Amino acid sequence: MINKIVQSMADTMAGIKDGSVVLLGGFGAVGQPNALVDGLIEQGATDLTVACNNAGVGHTGLARLMELGRVRKIICSFPRSSDPVVFETLYRAGKIELEIVPQGTLAERMRAAGAGVPAFFTATGVGTKMAVGKEHRDIDGRTYILEQALKGDVGLVEAWEADRWGNLTFKQAGRNFNPIIAMASDLTLVQTQHLRELGDINPDHVVTPGIFVDRVLHVPYGDPSGF
Amino acid sequence: MSATELAAFKPFTRQQMAQRAAADIPEGWYVNLGIGIPTLIADYVPMEREVIFHSENGVLGMGPAPAKDKIEPWLINAGKQYVTLRPGGSFCHHADSFAMIRGHHLDLCVLGAFQVADNGDIANWATSENDTAPAVGGAMDLAAGAKRLWVLMEHTTKDGAAKLVSKCTYPLTAPGAVKRVYTNLATIDVTERGFVVLDIAPGLSFEDLQARTEARLHLAS
Repeated sequence: MINKIVQSMADTMAGIKDGSVVLLGGFGAVGQPNALVDGLIEQGATDLTVACNNAGVGHTGLARLMELGRVRKIICSFPRSSDPVVFETLYRAGKIELEIVPQGTLAERMRAAGAGVPAFFTATGVGTKMAVGKEHRDIDGRTYILEQALKGDVGLVEAWEADRWGNLTFKQAGRNFNPIIAMASDLTLVQTQHLRELGDINPDHVVTPGIFVDRVLHVPYGDPSGF
Repeated sequence: MSATELAAFKPFTRQQMAQRAAADIPEGWYVNLGIGIPTLIADYVPMEREVIFHSENGVLGMGPAPAKDKIEPWLINAGKQYVTLRPGGSFCHHADSFAMIRGHHLDLCVLGAFQVADNGDIANWATSENDTAPAVGGAMDLAAGAKRLWVLMEHTTKDGAAKLVSKCTYPLTAPGAVKRVYTNLATIDVTERGFVVLDIAPGLSFEDLQARTEARLHLAS
């Protein structure tokens, strides 16, 4: 019997290595797997590269992980937030590396990784600082730059519902990066608000099929708050 | 400019700028409104004119802000404000949301900007080459991918420096992307001739407008 549901945070985080590339879901506080980030803090892996739309808020979650010196590099589109104090302090002190990526290119790099596409051409960023050092190609009269797929060793995802095969649904804007992070990561870890019996999620409503998911932890924390 | 002219000169308010842009959006368009003044545009598109608003975080068919007791904690826009979903609205993941942008499915994007050049170049994400923590978000995708890009911004900086220029000095968001600019002083098309003025704030002459614009302006012929 396949059962991807795990009973403890320690079991969820088992095996995450130092130096891992971690893809982190969420946009604002919505769909952000905060419990899993806390679990990663507890687990202890360090020298991490974290890809996430933002670079942490206040002193909790991702910001806490950075504050503890565990993040070597951030890949994101928008490092500013309502309270980006930890990131900005580390960045100014030269203690964290930053790779700025246009938000759509960030999403597409993850989807490409999940789909086995090693790189792709895009018009986004052509003629800007983002294009410096990248391969350019003219296709049908327009110039494009080559962007590399972004694969995760570990993906942290928040779902609304999950079953023991790892089929997932998402709630409203909580979907955001989560389904593509599930596709793009070698080890996809999911925290879910609701556990469902196998067969109880309408197959037409499954957004992320279980093939993209490795472990599921039930974390019914309620509604997101605080951006 | 004489004292009389100064007294008679009335810049458009932000609401009027938004209203002016909203009047140019026809029913049926799919539209992304950038953070800041552009978001005001949605207030001036009547619900019965069905314009479908898109937000980068996977919301299509976005409605106005909810009443305080009707907030859905899982329903935010790209500016991380609570919004509503109109009947017929839908959610998608980030790659599909940006496929709508990058795949040229959006009819229009309206952004704010630091500078717009008369060849359509836009600079709206960083104000210097050594910005300590640059943040681009979805601006480059929107500028390069939407079918048309309009800009809604003040005509000059707070210090009176021109924002409509012959060459952007700030880092570019996208080259040759802007089709039209709505400012507090004028509405201006970006054409092969350069900036072509469509209308001017009441009491302001073409020469006065030119004096506040670094790039050369043309009258609509």
